[in-house]
Formats: sequence, C-alpha cells, structure tokens
Amino acid sequence: MNLDFTPEEQAFRDEVRTFLAAELPDDIRTAVADRTDLTKEQIVRWQRILNARGWAVPKWQPEHGGCGWTPAQKYIFQEELSLARAPEEFSFNVAMIGPILQRFGTDAQKAKFLAPTANLDIWWCQGFSEPGSGSDLASLKTSAVRDGDDYVVNGQKIWTTLAQHADWIFALVRTDPKAPKPQMGISFLLIDMTSPGITVRPIRTIDDHHEVNEVFFDDVRVPAENLIGTENRGWDYAKHLLGNERSGIARIGLSKERLRWARDTAAEMAADGRLTPREHDRLLRDLVEAEIDLKALELTQLRVVAADSGHGGEGAGAAASILKVKGTEVQQRMTEIMMTLAGPAGLALPDGGHGRNEAVEDRWLSAAAPYYFTMRKVSIYGGSNEIQRNIVAKTVLGL
Amino acid sequence: MDFDFSDDQRLLKDSVARFVAERYGFEDRTRMLAMPGGRDPAIWSAMAELGLLGLPFAEADGGFGGGGTETMILMEEFGRGLVVEPYLSAIVLAGTILGDAASGDQRAARIERIVAGDHRLAVAFAEPRGPRYAVDARATVAVGDRLTGEKIAVLGGGDAHELIVSARTSTGETGLFFVDAAAPGVSVHAEAGYDGSRVATVRLDDVPAERIAGDGAAHLTRAIEAANAALCAEAVGAMAAALDLTTEYLKTRKQFGVPIASFQALQHRAVDMLMQLELARSMAIFAAVSLDQPPAVRAANIAAAKVQVARAARFVGQQAVQLHGGIGITAEYKIGHVFKRLTAIETLFGDADHHLDALTDIGGLAA
Repeated sequence: MNLDFTPEEQAFRDEVRTFLAAELPDDIRTAVADRTDLTKEQIVRWQRILNARGWAVPKWQPEHGGCGWTPAQKYIFQEELSLARAPEEFSFNVAMIGPILQRFGTDAQKAKFLAPTANLDIWWCQGFSEPGSGSDLASLKTSAVRDGDDYVVNGQKIWTTLAQHADWIFALVRTDPKAPKPQMGISFLLIDMTSPGITVRPIRTIDDHHEVNEVFFDDVRVPAENLIGTENRGWDYAKHLLGNERSGIARIGLSKERLRWARDTAAEMAADGRLTPREHDRLLRDLVEAEIDLKALELTQLRVVAADSGHGGEGAGAAASILKVKGTEVQQRMTEIMMTLAGPAGLALPDGGHGRNEAVEDRWLSAAAPYYFTMRKVSIYGGSNEIQRNIVAKTVLGL
Repeated sequence: MDFDFSDDQRLLKDSVARFVAERYGFEDRTRMLAMPGGRDPAIWSAMAELGLLGLPFAEADGGFGGGGTETMILMEEFGRGLVVEPYLSAIVLAGTILGDAASGDQRAARIERIVAGDHRLAVAFAEPRGPRYAVDARATVAVGDRLTGEKIAVLGGGDAHELIVSARTSTGETGLFFVDAAAPGVSVHAEAGYDGSRVATVRLDDVPAERIAGDGAAHLTRAIEAANAALCAEAVGAMAAALDLTTEYLKTRKQFGVPIASFQALQHRAVDMLMQLELARSMAIFAAVSLDQPPAVRAANIAAAKVQVARAARFVGQQAVQLHGGIGITAEYKIGHVFKRLTAIETLFGDADHHLDALTDIGGLAA
C-alpha cells in the first residue's frame, strides 16, 4: 500500500510541467483560465505544439504517434495540462476516431486519416445523437442505403459539438432497419463535411454560445470505402469507446485547477473588501468541503489507475461510471463556487457572452455564468448520470 | 502507487474475515450483548490466540509490528460483523499511547500481558463540561501523582483493568497517567451504548497514578488520529455490510408482484450508496497510510477522511433502513444495528462538522 508516485513518475511530471511552462502560449492559457471560448485557431495551434513535441496522441499505438505511457503517466499528463491551464485533450480526434481507426480501420483508412487527425489537419466531429435518440442511442434513424460504390445517407444528427469547424464527421447510421435488435443494424461511417447535401445549423445554448449544432443529411453520397469495419457492426465499434480509457474520466486536474483558482480569487476579493470576512469564512469552509470531495474522487481515480497497472487491490466496481458521475458532480460544484464569487457582477454578458470585452478587468466575471450554465452538460452527455446509475445497478449490484 | 495488499496482509484479511464469519454471526452477537458486560470473554481470548491483540505493537515489545494498513484491514472486517469488542479503545487508542509515549519499563510491564489478552486498558479523557472534543484536561487535576476528577464516554471502561487518564498538572499542562481500575477511590459506572458498545463514567477521588512522560494532549491527539483512521475502516466494513444486506433485500422482497429491485428509483438509491461506499473506502485508505506522515499532514488527511466517511456513514445507514422499509426499524433485523453503529462512528472522536472546521482552520489539505 503506497499512494506516492514513483521517482520516475515524478520526473515525468516535472518534464511535462517544464514543457508546459515553456510552450503553452499566453493567450491560450489566459482563455482557459478565464473560461472564455478558445478559437479554432487556438485549438489547432495548441494541438500542433503538442504534436511537435510528440505528445499529441499519447494513447495511440506507438507506430501512429503513441507514447506507450503507463496509466499513471497518462493520468499525470492530463492533470498537468489542466493545472497549467492548457486546453484539455481534443477528444473527437484524439480519444475517439483515432483509436477507432487504429483498432477497426483499413490500412488505407489509417494511411489517409491518422497523421492529419493527430495534427488536427482534419477536424472531426461526432455524429451519434439524434433528436429522437439520446439515452436510447440504438434507436437512431439516420439511414445509409447502399447504391453502387456509395452509401446514400439521409437523416439528422444533433448536439454535434463544433461541427461548424469540422472537416469530417464520424457517424452512426442505420444500414439494416430490419435487424432483429436495433443495435445490430447500425454501421459506422466517415463522412466528408463538404459533401453535397450536408447542412449544419447552429444551436444556441443557455450560455448564449454556439458550440453544438444540428447536422442534416439529404441524399449525401458517401463512398463505401469510408465504412469502418463491417456493415451493421458499428454499434460494437462505438461501444469500444465506452470505459476503454479510464485514466482521465473524473477530470481531477480540471477541478483541482478550479479549486486553486477559487482560493486565490477568494483571497483577493477578501483583501480588497469585495467579500466580507463572514462570506470569506463560509467560502473557505465550502472550498475545504469541495476539496475533500475532490480528494476522495482523486484517490478513487488513482485506485483505478493502479488497477489498470496491475497494482489495484480491489479496484472499484464499474469504476468508469462512478468516476463519471462523481467527477461531473465535483466539476459542477466548482462552477457553483465560481458563481458565488462572481455575485451580481457576473450578471452582464459583454460582447454577446463571449467574454472578449477587454474593458472588463476581470474577464472571468463575465465568463462565470456562461461556464456555470454550459457545465450542466457534463452530467448529460457521454451517457447521462442516470444512465450511468442504470449501468452500475445492473453490472455491479445485479439489480 | 500501489493499492495492493501484501501476502501477509491478505492472510490477515482472510483470517479476520473467517473469524468474524464463524464467531460473530448476528445471532451470536445478540446473545453476547445479553451477557454480563455486554460481550463474551471467550472472544477476547480467541482474538489473543489469533494474534490480533498484538497487531499494532512493536515486535520489540512483543507485538507483531503492524501499521495503519493492518489495522484498517482488521477494522473493516470488524465493521462487517458489527464486532463490539473493545479493540478500538484497548488496542488502537491505548496501544498508540503505549507505543508512542510510555517508557520501556511501562511498556514491559503491560504489552505482553495485553497481547496475551490478560490485561485491558481504556483511555479516559473526555470530561462532562468544556468543549466536547477537547484533548486538554480541565476539571481532572493531578496533585503530585494523585488524580481527582470525572471522565465520561470512556470506551471499554467498564471492564478495563487499567485506565490511561488525562489530567491537568500543577504546571497547567495535560499529562497522561496510568490508574489501576481497582484502586481505592476509582468508581466506574458502565452503561450500554446504543450501538452495542459499552461506555463508562469514571470518577476519581485522590487516586494514585503513574505518569506517562511528555505532552499528554499531543499523545492523545495522535492516539485519536489512529482511532479515527480505524473508525473510517470500520465504517467502510459496516457500509459494505449495509449495502450487501440492502441489495439482497431488494432482490427478494416483492411488491406489486415483482421484486422491488426492478424499480429504478430504488436501483439508483442503491448505486448512490455504492458510490458513497467507494469514496469512503478511498478515504479510509488515505487515513491509514497517513498515520506515518508528519503531524500536520497526518492531522489534515485524517480530518478529511473523517468528514467524508462520517457523511457517507449517515447516507448509507439512513438509506439502508429506508430501502428495507418497516423491517429496517425492527430490532430483530441486522440492518438497524448497522445503522446504529454507523451513527456512533459519525460522532466518535469528532463529527464531520468538527473535522471540517478543523481542516478549514489549517487552510485545507496540503497541495
């Protein structure tokens, strides 16, 4: 029983920290710290800085740019990114389509897509959810009908994050409407977003931002060579993404960074009189409470990291679901604290809510509310927290 | 980073688990609670034979040299079985003081007999007035080597052979003293706790005592930290038992013609219990390994663990009763007793509020 990282792991942490201190551009660090939007250019620039260092896609297979890191190194890397206020991993490229291509793609698909995916020359978006298919994803209706060398795709996807920037979309489509189970008639297709018949319509969200979209497919022709794996096996490939990578689910670093930020900000606000001593005392107690929750979550995450390295003891059953639920609860708690700190000064949404009004001295003030609002999504997406509880009830408790 | 148990630790876990399963069934426990003193003396002897009473003592003193992890393993199994033996008071609390503070002669005079099960200590520090969780003695005073005062909530005090008593010395500091429980002037009034434990009120009237050198409040603080780490582990065991009993009940109890486990509201509640249990388990491990840390880190980490575990204990205990429905509040069924022990653990050696305040005062956990 030993909760310390090894000297080698500590040295690795130092190496990551040194790199981030030197290479993370100030404008990106500031935007992340203030919780304002990153531009497409900033996201791409950062991915290419990582790629130049060989750290763009650490979890990929070594021949495609992976680093061969241990679960502990992956955990440390993600934590250090967040603590340094670097952007989080660009998951559509790095955590989703990259691993799918490596595991199930053809040689031609790998050759065509993997390198530009790592370098963010190709920006991917994810086409899973549909208006009628959220938690019950397998009921999806967007159809793909084989016609010669193409599939013809018709239907609609929704909640498509950053589709407005995307070059390609990986989508689940129905290829066999008569399959005995809905899961058995789904295929996994790669679709060029410049294809005729695709329309992207923005969805304005409660944070007054444009992050997610509807994507419409109207007789879109997709070459059959863009099918992943075997027709009608798409559900299995998508499932491969679930619980596959457990080292970062709880986003410990993200919440740790917010906790540090909140402590520092509360101290500044107490010092200049914006918080009364009583308010400050209560906030300090709230922050310690959040810190304890976060510590319990961190150790639970580390038990999983250790289990994945073969040093797990008992591990934790259905860990991915538990980490997702508790991780998102802690993340959302931190946004509540950010709102408390902002108070009435956080009401105004300068510049349409993009927080780019340089006249506001504390940019975080105008970003606090949008961030609070948008972070309600984390307990909804990726399998809502209620779906996660269903999974745990069934797989761990046998209910 | 390694959360695995060693081979020896796994062996210990198996042997304690087997002991509890074989000797501490719920009916056995009920029978033992009705015995004089509220327990079966044969169990203590059996624990001595298994080597459990020597677990935390140094090998040089005749013990087995176990650390926080070993105590955690044992206490978790005790928690599963709702073991009421005074292990926490006689071995963890008193043992920590003996190991840390007692002189060579004082240890030599006691530890081998303790390990053999022939000598039991209890620690008397709480007083009827003054802050509830204070470790400095106020109303109990030492005049030379003689003590006068009153102590309450003395765990295992009813049938202890000897007491470790905190008292204010003539220089105003808190000292710790050995007091023979049978000495003239010592009166012990034992009462049954709602959780099956026994607590005593101890009155001392000009009683002869033997000083343990050093700062008594500091020694007590460390012993209480060890006790809280042990309680966190015990709570994890009790919560695991509560969850097992509850899920079993959900699968067997039928209403509306179906097992109530088929209802999503109840499934989700059970999952919330599991999540609290797993987070608490992480913090019990944190507490156990923190016992070897420098004092400031140790204090902070164990306070954090107690906050998390106390809150989890309340949630899991309450929901276990709720999901059992009416049978959950009957004395004949185990789940209510698990709830009561979890409730006692919440409040013993500082509740969640106390530790949250303490941690806030020192600025939170170390970065």
